[in-house]
Amino acid sequence: MKILVCMKQVPQKDAPLKLNESGAWIREDVSYEVNEPDAYALEEALRQKEKHGGEVVVITSGPTRAGQVLREALAKGADRAIHLEDNAFVGLDAFNTARAFAEAIKDEKFDLIFTGLQSDDYGYAQTGVVLAELLGWPHATIIMQIEKTDGGIQVKRELEAGYFQFVDMPLPAVLTIQSGINKLRYATLIGIKQAKNKPLRKVTLAEVQAVLGPNLQKIEKLYVPQKTKNTEFLQGPAAEVAKQLVEKLRNEVRVL
Amino acid sequence: MPAMKFRGVDYLQFDTLLSDDERLVRDTARQFIEDNLIPIIEECNRAGRFPRELVKPMAELGFFGASLQGYGCAGMSNVEYGLVTQEMERGDSGVRSFVSVQSALVMYPIYTFGSDEQKEKWLPALQKGEKLGCFGLTEPDFGSNPGGMRTRAKKVGNEYVLNGEKMWITSGTIADVAVIWAKVEDEGDRVRGFLVETDRPGFKAEDIHGKWSLRASVTSGLSLQDVHIPETNLLPKSGGLKSPLMCLNQARYGIAWGAVGAAMACYDCALQYSLLRKQFRDQPIASHQLIQDKLAWMISEITKAQLLILQVGRLKDAGKVEHYHISMAKRNNVWMALECARLSRDILGANGVADDYPIMRHMMNLESVKTYEGTHDIHTLIIGSHVTGIDAF
Repeated sequence: MKILVCMKQVPQKDAPLKLNESGAWIREDVSYEVNEPDAYALEEALRQKEKHGGEVVVITSGPTRAGQVLREALAKGADRAIHLEDNAFVGLDAFNTARAFAEAIKDEKFDLIFTGLQSDDYGYAQTGVVLAELLGWPHATIIMQIEKTDGGIQVKRELEAGYFQFVDMPLPAVLTIQSGINKLRYATLIGIKQAKNKPLRKVTLAEVQAVLGPNLQKIEKLYVPQKTKNTEFLQGPAAEVAKQLVEKLRNEVRVL
Repeated sequence: MPAMKFRGVDYLQFDTLLSDDERLVRDTARQFIEDNLIPIIEECNRAGRFPRELVKPMAELGFFGASLQGYGCAGMSNVEYGLVTQEMERGDSGVRSFVSVQSALVMYPIYTFGSDEQKEKWLPALQKGEKLGCFGLTEPDFGSNPGGMRTRAKKVGNEYVLNGEKMWITSGTIADVAVIWAKVEDEGDRVRGFLVETDRPGFKAEDIHGKWSLRASVTSGLSLQDVHIPETNLLPKSGGLKSPLMCLNQARYGIAWGAVGAAMACYDCALQYSLLRKQFRDQPIASHQLIQDKLAWMISEITKAQLLILQVGRLKDAGKVEHYHISMAKRNNVWMALECARLSRDILGANGVADDYPIMRHMMNLESVKTYEGTHDIHTLIIGSHVTGIDAF
């Protein structure tokens, strides 16, 4: 099976974040890491390849620094990588990111495309789904398990309240992968050395610009939640205070 | 699990001095240590237990002989290798010591002084962690002055017969092969290296008990009484005291990185603690000037130590490093780490002595690190000798 894994570089989970000047996103000078669900998507792709053979290709979009997620994926065992390299890719919404990916892989023939369930920064959970729509492929989300069948694959989806759904799907298909479904491998030191010699294709903004449109989704403002602590002391005789308290609980706090 | 999660220490954008690969190597080692060593290290330290279960996973990641070429080794640069030892020692000096011995003191001498047969036989097995090694130079009466060693090798037919005692040997009782340094009687007492399989008659190893340092690694005494080895077990390219000192140079280099890791662990823990712990007027103790003085001292010294060892690593990768460069890095960085451990312990108050926090363990470990692989004072004399041209020892 030939599998494409879409990966994203996101700010490190524990990193202290500072707002940028526009107040619509964070400053660039933070530590970055692989988006966690994408790491599980890669691991699942590598396991499928170990079972059924084939090829694992990884793709990301973003500035030069985003290449780190590709190098890490190659060091863990991916066969080659595609980097849509430009600062402008950071600001794209899920629709445009999916359009850029679809354009970049138009000459390839994948059996499966994996994305992480969602990104830890924007949290859209849209890119994979939109990409499937653009390609005209079926998709399934929140995938926990993938078994190859005669006609295609059977996947296990996580529903709510402990329910699961098993779905038979044809190939090719797009799957968005849930975190924690497998045990992540480490890149080995030898793997890191060998990654240098694996093919990495760079795609410029100009190459995909024609298919991009205006962002349909935009972050207006990002802010740290304001502390609004407001304490009011009720005074007077007990019966009076009790009456006021009930009044407030009923009309202001609305818990009665 | 530890009370505070390690967040890394980078005051001066040190990471921008590293290549992408170097960062990836460091991050991989950091994650491995965080996942696999941190959850068990306090238990190992309490019990005086070497976490042998980590040998295979460490081997699979390529931690043994990481800077050697071929034989399944990763072929890392010296800076990459150093970053790995830094992360190991951020976990524990004892575990880092084990890896240093396997890599720098066993695989490196076989790689550098060994015959092709010796390399083929031992290096792949040592790299995979299927075989473990130890390094026998220090003796009960000869530490800083290894040239005085009493261990002797005598050529008898096509064998060597070894007699002597070795002391403070990391991994002695778990090793399959010992690199033993001995004076060869027929060569005018020239020091040479021998590979001694530890199951040979006359070879005995016993653990040293009651040590309050490096409790998660094995430290042993070795006794060799008429141990017969084939002459093919001589490391053919070893000759003179320079050979074991070349090995020590390798190991010291890794230690100078490792010490930065231990210092980072202590500092980061103390910093986080000082922001949470409140005393006087319900303010975090981090708001106190005397606490800030300690934190500022530590972050300054850690930053200087990082730059020092990175430059030594860059020189080493360029083939330009001298032993006195490495002496400076080992001496400074271990001293710095020990001072950081003490200041951090101070900041944690009584909590600093409990193994809910890693600080006291690092402090006790670093007492050994300060002494082994050339004591702090000996490195002072090596630097002194270089700048004056006069040996003071």
